[in-house]
Amino acid sequence: MDDPNVENEGDEPRQVRAESARGSADLAIGYTQFLDADGHIVRPLPQAISNRDNLIHLYRAMVFTRTFDAKAVALQRTGRLGTFASSLGQEAVSVGVGSAMRADDVLLPSFREQGAQFLRGVLPEEILQFWGGDERGSHYSIGGDDFPICVPIGTHAPHAVGVALAFQLRHEPRVAVCVFGDGATSRGDVYESMNFAGARRLPIVFVVTNNQWAISMPRSSQSAVATLAQKAFGCGFAGEQVDGNDIIAVTERVGLAVEKARNGGGPTLIEALTYRLSDHTTADDASRYRDDAEVTAHWKLEPVLRLRSYLVCEGAWSTSDEEFLLRECTEQVEHVVATYLALTPQPATSMFDSLYAELPRAFAEQRDDVAAHQLGETGV
Amino acid sequence: MRLPNNATTSLPTSSEKQVSEMLASEMSMVDAIRTALARAMTDDERVIVLGEDVGTDGGVFRATDGLLAAFGRDRVIDLPISESSFVGFGVGLAAQGMRPVIEYQFSGFLFPAIDQLVNHASRLRNRTRGRLSCPMVVRAPFGAGVHAPEHHSESAEAMYAHIPGLRVVIPSSPAKAYGLLLAAIRNPDPVVFLEPKRIYRSSREAVVDDGVALALDTCFRLRSGDDVSIITWGACTTEALSAAERLAVQGIQADVIDVATLRPLDMATILASVERTGRCVIVHEAVRSGGFGAEIAAQLADVGLTSLLAPVRRVTGYDTVVPLARLEYEFLPSEDRIVAAVNEVMSYT
Repeated sequence: MDDPNVENEGDEPRQVRAESARGSADLAIGYTQFLDADGHIVRPLPQAISNRDNLIHLYRAMVFTRTFDAKAVALQRTGRLGTFASSLGQEAVSVGVGSAMRADDVLLPSFREQGAQFLRGVLPEEILQFWGGDERGSHYSIGGDDFPICVPIGTHAPHAVGVALAFQLRHEPRVAVCVFGDGATSRGDVYESMNFAGARRLPIVFVVTNNQWAISMPRSSQSAVATLAQKAFGCGFAGEQVDGNDIIAVTERVGLAVEKARNGGGPTLIEALTYRLSDHTTADDASRYRDDAEVTAHWKLEPVLRLRSYLVCEGAWSTSDEEFLLRECTEQVEHVVATYLALTPQPATSMFDSLYAELPRAFAEQRDDVAAHQLGETGV
Repeated sequence: MRLPNNATTSLPTSSEKQVSEMLASEMSMVDAIRTALARAMTDDERVIVLGEDVGTDGGVFRATDGLLAAFGRDRVIDLPISESSFVGFGVGLAAQGMRPVIEYQFSGFLFPAIDQLVNHASRLRNRTRGRLSCPMVVRAPFGAGVHAPEHHSESAEAMYAHIPGLRVVIPSSPAKAYGLLLAAIRNPDPVVFLEPKRIYRSSREAVVDDGVALALDTCFRLRSGDDVSIITWGACTTEALSAAERLAVQGIQADVIDVATLRPLDMATILASVERTGRCVIVHEAVRSGGFGAEIAAQLADVGLTSLLAPVRRVTGYDTVVPLARLEYEFLPSEDRIVAAVNEVMSYT
């Protein structure tokens, strides 16, 4: 089984030399890792993000996300949540992305970036509300310009281009960060978006969460390219790989790409190599298409264990710290669930109330019809 | 609403001159569209025009001619050929408070963007419960009758009119194109603005560039009559009106309604007409089955049945692929076919 996590370890960039009749370009794809699977330092840590307090902050965010995901799956299994996409094993990518952005940047997530969304200020109960069949879950009480969860694969990439184009036209020092999976890189939307982003040097960062599987299609079957990062070269900007299970690497490289974009340096494509330890969603059974042995092997590479190993080794984290954090996260998530379950139902007429700025009179009768025949909310 | 940081309030003198020259002349529909774009861009710095060849080339139909010189490269933006993403780019711009007006060269090239129209543009407001919205206009010339190559002649308005959250607008004259396009650009929700290219330059009328928008939910009565209602839109208004003149010679007075805004549909005006005449012929060049005429006929059956003295007849494009140049006028609703349909509904007593 193709396993880029292992194949690509080390710092040597892949070198590609592209030539044409009119010119040539040396194309290098960097790969960044600071902590190996055992939490050992393989290169000097970036000072700005590697202080003890910040690493503990990132660690807590990952543990909270994992606790939240486990609870959400349990809620789905017990009929209290609709289909849900866990980010188990990929927490370093989403938390890293969220921590690399400024508040007034814009995040355009796919559907497994709850870790980033939490850092952006989206309430966990709002994520439950969305997957629980209530549109208000994408209203985001914090406000802001972040896009909602995007279920159709890669269709939010053009939106990110539009957002970044608005920033560029208004000369605002803001950046659009668009996150999608390896599967999305097969889509025309993503190519068209990267192409135009490159042509205009837009302030945008594309992050590919390469979790090795597009539901049942392995990465190796999706594309003949050696790395997904090199797809950026076809669009005229840099692509690179990071160890997506090393949150220091994700935060450092995404952060640098965001600041490069902010300073007029144009787009970057970052391929974060990770692994989906969960099923695709709660509606999926991954045992139909991948071996347990493969999954078991990747449990040794996962991001939470890795950072904890490092922190413990540094004397920055103890067993009691861990027990306290797990208890704290569990209590927080229980509180979130209680809030979610206690939400007042939407009136049925709400299906019309945000359709247009003002509902055209042509549809007023249908809205009245809904009001007259309300069944009350059904379960999920 | 956020305004651009680099907002300017005055135009270069040359463009003011251009605009005033436009004001003084009679306009074709293309002229009127260009004038409305210039007016909207002058009035609101958030309005930007994007599309293929809209800049230096001025658009393949010249609907954006002169806008680049007047408003500059940050307001008139050429896009690389990525039609499935243009609407998506617009979603991002609109969510950021810009007012993108996106030109598709032909409506046949809008089909790749159906995904973005259905899954995103039309529902951004609803799915975020109003936190984000999508004030965007997608302009596309549509319809047959100009001897264009394959894939350039379809009329797919019913597809767009089927999408909740969108508005669908089709002008039938230069003055209506001006007023409806201004309204579409000022509207806070996404509008698919389909331009009947067969009448882009076929007639001219005086258009006053006064910045006055038309309503986006009201039909127009083009001709008054008490005997039969002819309900149509876009380029077919031409044949509907000429058929009405022929029928008048026969002593049949037709009430000709230009629907203009398909979504939302002003059924009240149509119903009031049919209540008076008792007879209805619907004319559109899109193929018949599942065409927008079927929706109007269904609503008449629903709320106007007791007014009807005869079956509702449709004169439409046939249920086939639009023929290439040599046969395309066999496909289009003709004055003869409309007259025949009216005579048929008049035969019921």
